[in-house]
Amino acid sequence: MTLLGKLDWSAIPFDQPIVMGASAMMVLVIAFVLGWVTFKGYVPYLWREWITSVDHKRIGVMYIVLALIMLLRGFADAIMMRAQQALAAGGAQGYLPPEHFDQIFSAHGTIMIFFMAMPFVIGLMNFVVPLQLGVRDMAFPTLNSVALGLTASGILLTNISLAVGEFSKTGWVAYPPLSELQFSPGVGVDYYLWALQISGVGTLMTGINFVTTILKTRAPGMSYMRMPVFCWTALASNLLIVAAFPVLTATFAMLLLDRYLGFHFFTTDGQGNAMMYVNLFWVWGHPEVYILILPAFGVFSEVVSTFSGKPLFGYRSMVAATMVICVLSFIVWLHHFFTMGASANVNGFFGIMTMIIAVPTGVKVFNWLFTMYGGRIRFTVPILWSLGFMVTFVIGGMTGVLTAVPPADFQLHNSLFLVAHFHNVIIGGVVFGVLAGYNYWFPKAFGFKLDERWGAAAFWCWLIGFYLAFMPLYVLGLMGMTRRMQHYDVVSWQPWLWAAAAGVAVILAGIACQVIQLVVSIRDRAKLRVTADPWDGRTLEWTTASPPPAWNFAALPQVAEIDAFWQRKQRALGQQTPQIQEREYTPIEVPKNSAAGFSTAFFAVITGFALIWHIWWMAGMGVLGIFLTMLVFAFRDEEEIKIPAEEIAEFDRAHPTEVAV
Amino acid sequence: MNVNVALVDDVSPETRPIASTAGPAPKRIVVGYGFWIFLLSDIVMFAALFAAYAVLAHATAGGPGGAQLFNQISVAIETGCLLASSYTCGLMTLAVGSQRRFRTYLAAVVTFALGAAFLTLELREFAGMIAVGATPQRSAFLSAFFTLVGCHGLHVTAGLIWLAVMMLQIAVKGFRATVERRLLCFSLFWHALDIIWVWLFTVVYLMGVRS
Repeated sequence: MTLLGKLDWSAIPFDQPIVMGASAMMVLVIAFVLGWVTFKGYVPYLWREWITSVDHKRIGVMYIVLALIMLLRGFADAIMMRAQQALAAGGAQGYLPPEHFDQIFSAHGTIMIFFMAMPFVIGLMNFVVPLQLGVRDMAFPTLNSVALGLTASGILLTNISLAVGEFSKTGWVAYPPLSELQFSPGVGVDYYLWALQISGVGTLMTGINFVTTILKTRAPGMSYMRMPVFCWTALASNLLIVAAFPVLTATFAMLLLDRYLGFHFFTTDGQGNAMMYVNLFWVWGHPEVYILILPAFGVFSEVVSTFSGKPLFGYRSMVAATMVICVLSFIVWLHHFFTMGASANVNGFFGIMTMIIAVPTGVKVFNWLFTMYGGRIRFTVPILWSLGFMVTFVIGGMTGVLTAVPPADFQLHNSLFLVAHFHNVIIGGVVFGVLAGYNYWFPKAFGFKLDERWGAAAFWCWLIGFYLAFMPLYVLGLMGMTRRMQHYDVVSWQPWLWAAAAGVAVILAGIACQVIQLVVSIRDRAKLRVTADPWDGRTLEWTTASPPPAWNFAALPQVAEIDAFWQRKQRALGQQTPQIQEREYTPIEVPKNSAAGFSTAFFAVITGFALIWHIWWMAGMGVLGIFLTMLVFAFRDEEEIKIPAEEIAEFDRAHPTEVAV
Repeated sequence: MNVNVALVDDVSPETRPIASTAGPAPKRIVVGYGFWIFLLSDIVMFAALFAAYAVLAHATAGGPGGAQLFNQISVAIETGCLLASSYTCGLMTLAVGSQRRFRTYLAAVVTFALGAAFLTLELREFAGMIAVGATPQRSAFLSAFFTLVGCHGLHVTAGLIWLAVMMLQIAVKGFRATVERRLLCFSLFWHALDIIWVWLFTVVYLMGVRS
């Protein structure tokens, strides 16, 4: 027992040039950014306006920044995997040794699901939902900041594993008995488990926060059936978070007890039951799929309706379909492992439920099509992503229904056909959705639009690259290639893998276009400057200035119908002179900044790192730090600061809106 | 004059907006509601542990089962302590409602003592089992048992710390709105632990002895 537990110099893989190069690169970039920020004197500004901010808009933006950075990291893993499989045919071994290749596919899945898709979706919801509900903040603003901090902690721990120790080699699902201490004695699985436990607690806090916000704090007059569809999908998604994430926490806790204290939940000895892990994991895992996709459906609903200039077709059926998916998502989990050996009746039940859950999704696709039918569609970047989604997602959905047939699944299980299927729905659904939302709400967040030409170029590269990268995987799956192969003997697979690698190169071009789009837009921001309502929007977020003030709305909007802003604009069209009315301004209380989020995140990283490396005294200090943070927060005196009426009036005069709601 | 009458009619109960259109709820409602959602999520976590226990209940790997290990009398006293502490926690809520400091402290001290007694008995039970070799490392059944019951015990421990902090808050800050809201959440938490214990008592101890 040493002071630093299992940690010593051998943890740093000096003998692996690829890992060391990547780590050095990461450290240099972080050091450069920190140095630049300090040198320029931005630290006080960042601390005051961003890191300690409890404003839902700022927190939303920070989530999305995290997600975009992690998209780059996860995508780098993807390039490495595709390159390896394009090379390692016949007797060739490629350039990645097996234990490194295993870490890469594990990190790719973990990062893309937990640290790219989740923060992106949560970031969009954070920014948009309170604005669409017509309120000033989330139900629990400081909790929101703590949740962001815990997500960032998980991300940091995962990335530390690149340089110190190793990451999990057990795939992003970490099935036992492989993930048990007996077969994975290293720290990789511990990195995976603690990073996800910590960020999972943050996600649960987010879920509680949103459910409360949507159900208890809406603008006066906004009954449930007047809520924008994005708020409905956010509600469904967060109900799923509240009901599913605790199961993941419990499951990971059991695996941690197995690994740390020699328990026998999933071990091969002591009558442990490894399949119980698989069941529990997917009891969380399948709802997780819908946690990600439902908000994307919400984005498409807003985008399609706005750019078709029409109300959403079948609003009520859209809401019903969302809630039906929300419930059904809990009774399909077994289709992830039909090969477990459950009885034909059990497999039959889950197969049929899986087919049934495709029905409400189909309803949604028709609703979007009918919304566009007869509309005057403006082909902006968000609608391009939406159209790409509709085509791509339907293909992915159909291959999903195909694998829902148990006998077919016995052939396709763990093949590249499956890999192609879930990338088809996650890229074609979630990624296209969040990128549509990113382009759609960016002007609201920053006051200027993103460049349309580079945006369109990014879309086309992504779309073409996606088909080139993943259609070959369907073929390879049918040819019998299984997933996660570091090398293979069947040389006839290789041309298809070359095609897939070329597809990844095209997607890389798409990502490059996105980076350029952002840079170009920031450079030309004066030309791209917009007022409150750049898209001729329908919902309440477009009634306030871009970017909105800290208090969102000087007076809470009064809502009497769905698409309240659009309806009000339509009525104003008939009037000759806009009504100018003097408004009475009252002071507004906004929640005070808090360092609790940063402090909790800081100590959570320390605790997690210490537990991974068995440094028990440090883990104790970390837990104590979190407790003291909570205590200090609980004893603070001032909770809100008052913004004077004159300041609000002045802001309103500087940012006039055409119609008030 | 008619206009005036109409204005008066405006605020009659029939035309008052219903809850879903009334605008943001007051802070107290929002906090209580959010805490209920948290409790539901906590119960989902226990549900996963219960499911694991049910799967592994007979996976004793040749080791001792529930019938040999559980002491009904000790568990009955534990249950009594916890249920009684829920009652005194209710008394504390009443005292907080009428802002009586001494009664609040008194009820809190009794609640704390009963909770601590519960924990002591539980730890004694655990120690006794470990002494005869029935450790969580012995079999999957014992792993599931210690995890499920221990997780409830950890919740009780967290509750005791929370209660102590709340008494400190009343002493330092008095009955201000934030403190009252937190006390409301605490009492919800404490009662929820009772509900989970009733399930635990039934599924683990009563059904465990029968088989």
